[in-house]
This record gives sequence, structure tokens and C-alpha cells, in this order.
Amino acid sequence: MSRLANPNRFQKFSRRVLPWAAGLAGLGLLAGLGLGLFFSPGDYQQGESVRIMYVHVPAAWMALGVYTLIALASGLFLVWKYPLADIVARAAAPLGAGFTLLTLVTGSLWGKPTWGTWWVWDARLTSVLILFFLYLGYIALQNAFDDGARGAKSAAVLALIGFVNVPIIKWSVEWWHTLHQPASVIRLDGPSIHISMLAPLLLMAAGFAAFFVVLLLIRVRSALLARKIRALRLVQAAADPHIGGR
Amino acid sequence: MWHFPALLRRELKLACRQASDSAAAVLFFLLAALLFPFGVGPETAVLARIAAGVIWVMALLAAMLSLERLFQTDYEDGSLELLAVAPVPLEGVVLAKGLAHWLTTGLPLLVASPVLALLLHLPVSAIGAMMLAMALGTPVLSFLGAIGAALVLGARRGGVLLALLLLPLLVPVLIFGVAAVDAAIQGQDPLPRLAVLGGFLILALGFAPWVSAAALRQALE
Amino acid sequence: MSAFTGQDLACLRGERLVFKGLDFALEAGGALVLTGPNGSGKTSLLRLMAGLGTPHAGAIRWHGAAIADDPDAHHARLCFVGHANATKASLSVTENLTFWAALHGTEEKVPAALKAFGLDRLADLPARFLSAGQRRRLNLARLLATDAPLWLLDEPEAALDAQAMEALRASLAQHRARGGMVVLATHGADAPPEGEILELVVTWEERR
Repeated sequence: MSRLANPNRFQKFSRRVLPWAAGLAGLGLLAGLGLGLFFSPGDYQQGESVRIMYVHVPAAWMALGVYTLIALASGLFLVWKYPLADIVARAAAPLGAGFTLLTLVTGSLWGKPTWGTWWVWDARLTSVLILFFLYLGYIALQNAFDDGARGAKSAAVLALIGFVNVPIIKWSVEWWHTLHQPASVIRLDGPSIHISMLAPLLLMAAGFAAFFVVLLLIRVRSALLARKIRALRLVQAAADPHIGGR
Repeated sequence: MWHFPALLRRELKLACRQASDSAAAVLFFLLAALLFPFGVGPETAVLARIAAGVIWVMALLAAMLSLERLFQTDYEDGSLELLAVAPVPLEGVVLAKGLAHWLTTGLPLLVASPVLALLLHLPVSAIGAMMLAMALGTPVLSFLGAIGAALVLGARRGGVLLALLLLPLLVPVLIFGVAAVDAAIQGQDPLPRLAVLGGFLILALGFAPWVSAAALRQALE
Repeated sequence: MSAFTGQDLACLRGERLVFKGLDFALEAGGALVLTGPNGSGKTSLLRLMAGLGTPHAGAIRWHGAAIADDPDAHHARLCFVGHANATKASLSVTENLTFWAALHGTEEKVPAALKAFGLDRLADLPARFLSAGQRRRLNLARLLATDAPLWLLDEPEAALDAQAMEALRASLAQHRARGGMVVLATHGADAPPEGEILELVVTWEERR
């Protein structure tokens, strides 16, 4: 993987991989949605609205998975000084935040027919809401410095701290939820998973993951190009004949 | 050599000679909490139900206000740079500043909290548990806050950014801090929840100096 | 073997390579004068010598041992005077200086240091009443109050009047006579102090 750290090699590699990833994403999402919407059973308690699960659950998996990826990339960047790791983390963050927002919105939509309200302070939804703010804080920190390198390093430390905190936060929120709602009966991920529900779920998860890879590769490629442009501009500034005076 | 007493004495001297800063945090704590009766009405039952939560949230926010300046002034006037090249570990500097912050912000909040508890009709039997919980929780604010303050050093809009970064990470402290008070109100033993807060404090004391020092070195590179 | 050396040093500021392939060697009693235009990396090099940040390439060594191996020991043997004066307005002149001396364990040198830079009569004054030149002298007084073998100075002549410049020159000469080392960055406007001159130039290479 260290060979990918060279920007030129990465550009070549990503150009080869992109069409395959896009194909996988398209297949996974279509198959998953098709199976999930038309060929899987409804739920005896929740009826057809349980089908939101096929978007909500994979989105939640992606939300947490992308945060883990960011934490990993941050660790590689800080400790082993992998050159592309900070760019990957930066590119992945808005995507992860998007998946988190999708989880929250679909959770809300799922809650309306199930509980009759647009939002419920369910343990998982609340944890995801906090995760959303962790993402926003991370993105804000990256962009808060005039010196991009400082922003990348600072945000990398934050990502690692946040990652260590995620289990603590999740545990605290779950504990808090049981304290205030001892009789929670309906869990937001439906009944125990039967194969007819598991298959579309996994297909959707694969499709989401491939879709994320497509977007990530595109974003990293354009970030590398932007860096090249910045370097060229620096050289242009150096051509100023007044440099080195006073 | 850690020179911890010299570091701490300097922080306290500086804080005392600019005491209005700490006073402002406590005043904000009191004033903002006092807005709630105007917001939700003065009924005793309603206020008593939300008192613990209001006190804790206001303590978090008040501590947040003073955290931005933890390293900022030293960073701007060049003292932080000199501390980084002085024969004293940066971890010691963080420990001294964190402790000084708690002594000049957290401790005054702790002392002011019974006043708020009475004004918001928190059951008197729970005030002891509340103060114990705050005694454990406010240092966690100071030390986790030190990490945040180090990370946003030199950033634009550092104050708001600091709150955005820290508040999600402080939710567990808030949850268990309020839970300890609620347990006392309901006649249960608050000790298990206080123990969790104690656990957070030990974690914070263990990690914060080390992580903050790393962040400070990044800021000074 | 020289006491304080640097080999093949490169420094990165953001995405710009400020200098690369830089070497220096300093003996006991020697002085290294860094000259060059703004942006050439004088301050960056001084900060690397102080141990603030690690070089992008190369190593700085003290008696053969890399300074990165034992940062605390390196900090104990140097005194760094940067652009900022780090004076605390609410502390007195003496309190300001005594703090830094205490970190080196040399509080007894504070009165002599204040006297050398003409601050002894202002010793108990809160630092907020000092002028810019006086604050600069207070910062320089740290050199004498901490008594470290290696002095790193970044454009110390800024904001100094003729008398203070004399005091500085005298201190530098005395320090070198006792075997101390000096690295000094200067604009080069006045006659540079004695010492081996290391000239830096502005470069604009991008990080690879």
C-alpha cells in the first residue's frame, strides 16, 4: 500500500479501479433495492415501512465505517507520515457526514409511522446524532487554519480522540436511554434477520461501500490535482523579480 | 525536573491579577441558568425536574468560555514557544495550566452551584451528590478542554470551534453527572455513577497532558 | 569534532521547501551568523536548532548525539530569543525573569542580568509600563539569567538603542570567551557581528 502513496501512481491506479467500482456500486444498489423493495417480506408489526431499513442500516454501517477509516488514515498520517493519508481522510469526511445525515433522516422517516413522531431519542439514533457532530467538528477543524498542513495535523489528532471516545459515548448514551425508557420494545432495526431480509441488506451494504469508494477516489484525485495547481502558483509567485528585497 | 510548583504558581499569579476573567465565567453560569425560570415558568415542580440538567449544561458552557484562552495568550506573546524550549516537559505545562484552570473556573462554579440549586428548587437532599459530581466532572472539563484548546490554537474562530469539538465528547460526563444527582433525588445510591465520573477523571488526567502536549508541539512547529 | 553540527538539513513550511542540503558546524567559543532576505529560512533554522519541530531531512547533533534523542537535555543547554518578547504585563520585571531562571535553576543570576541590560532600577515595576525597547532588553536579559552554553538569537538588534546594542555585544563577547556558542540571525543592515557567516537564499521548491 505504501506504493500507492506516490501521487502519480495513485492517479494511475484510481483511473483503472474507478469504472469497476462504479459498476459494482450500480449493481449492488439496484439489486439491493430491487430485492428489498419488491421481493422481500414486510414486517408483521411495522408493515411495509420496515423497508426503510434497507437504506437506514447500511447507511449507519457506512457512517461508522467511514469514521473508522478516517481514524485509521489519521493514525497513519501522524505516526508513520504516510503522504496521502491526510488527503484520504479529508476527502472521506464529507462523505461520512453525508451517510450519517442519511441515517438520521431515514431513521426519522422510519420513526414516524412506527412511533408517530418525527424524532425519538432512541439510543442508536442519539449516538448517530452525536457522531454527526463529531464529523462536523472534524471538518470545521480541518478548514479553520490558514495553514493547511496545521489543519490536517490538528484534525488528525481530533479524529483519533473522537474514535477512542465513540465507544464511551455509545455506552453512555445506551445507559442513559435505558435509564429513561425502561420499557423500550421496538428496536429500530426490525425483527431478527431472516435470509430474505439479509440478502438485500448485504447487497445494499456492498453497493453503498462501492459507491463510497467511487466518490472517495474522485475526491482524492481532484485534491491531488488541486495540490499540483497550488504548487504551480507558488512557482509563479517566485518568478516575481522583487523577491528577496528589503 | 518538572518544576511543577513554579509553573502552577505562575499560572495562579497571572489568573489572580486578572481575576475578572474567572469572575465572568461564574457570572455567566449564574445568569444563563437564571434565564430558565423565565423560559419555562416559575413552578417549583417544573424547575426541580430540570434543575440538575440546567446546572450541568451551564457549567459545561461556562467552562467552555474560559478554555479558549488557556494557551492563547501564551501563544500570542511568545511565552508558549519559550516554554516549549525550556527544560520542562510540555506535559507538565499542560498539567499546571489545566489545574490552574480548574482552580480558577471549575472550583468557583462548584462553589456557586448550591446557590443555583436553591434558586432552581433542586431537592436539598441531592445537593451533596451534585457537588461531589461536579467536583469530579469539572476537572474532566478542564483537562479535556485543554486538549481542545491545544487543537484549535491559531485557528480562526477558535472559541466557537472549541465548543463544537468538545461538546460531543463531553456528553458522557453530562449524562453521568446528571444521573448522579437524579439518583440522590430518588433516594438511590449515587456512588456507582460517581464512580464512573471518577473513571472519566482518571482517563482524562492520564491522557490529556500527553495528547495536549503533542497538539501544542504541532502548533509551534 | 565540532560540538554543534547540522547535516543535510531540509525544512518544510506548509508545502514549500524553505531550504535543503544545508550544513553547519559550530565550535565552543564560536559564532554562526545567519544572513539572508526575508523568507530564506533564518527563523526556521533557528527554531530547528532549538528543537521546535523536526527537520524534513537531515539531523542536528550536539557532540555527535542527535538532539531529537534527548529533547530535555537539549533544552537545558540552550537559551532562545525569538521575535516575540514574552513579557507578562501583570508580573513585575523581576518576576518575569525569575520564572525563566528558575526553570534552569539559576535564580541567583537574575540581579546581575538585570543590571547588565540596565533594568535593575525597574526591577519591581509591573512589566506593562515597559517600552518596546525595555521589553526587548528584558527578553535578552534571559540570556544572562539562564546561563546556558548555546545562545540562539533571532534578529536581536531589533528595537535596541545604541547603549543596549553595546550591552548585547559585550554579553556575546563574554559568553564566547567562556566557551559558549552563539547562533545569530540578522537582517544584515548594520555591520554583522564577528563570526562565521552562513548565508541563506530564498527558494521556492514544492514538497515532493
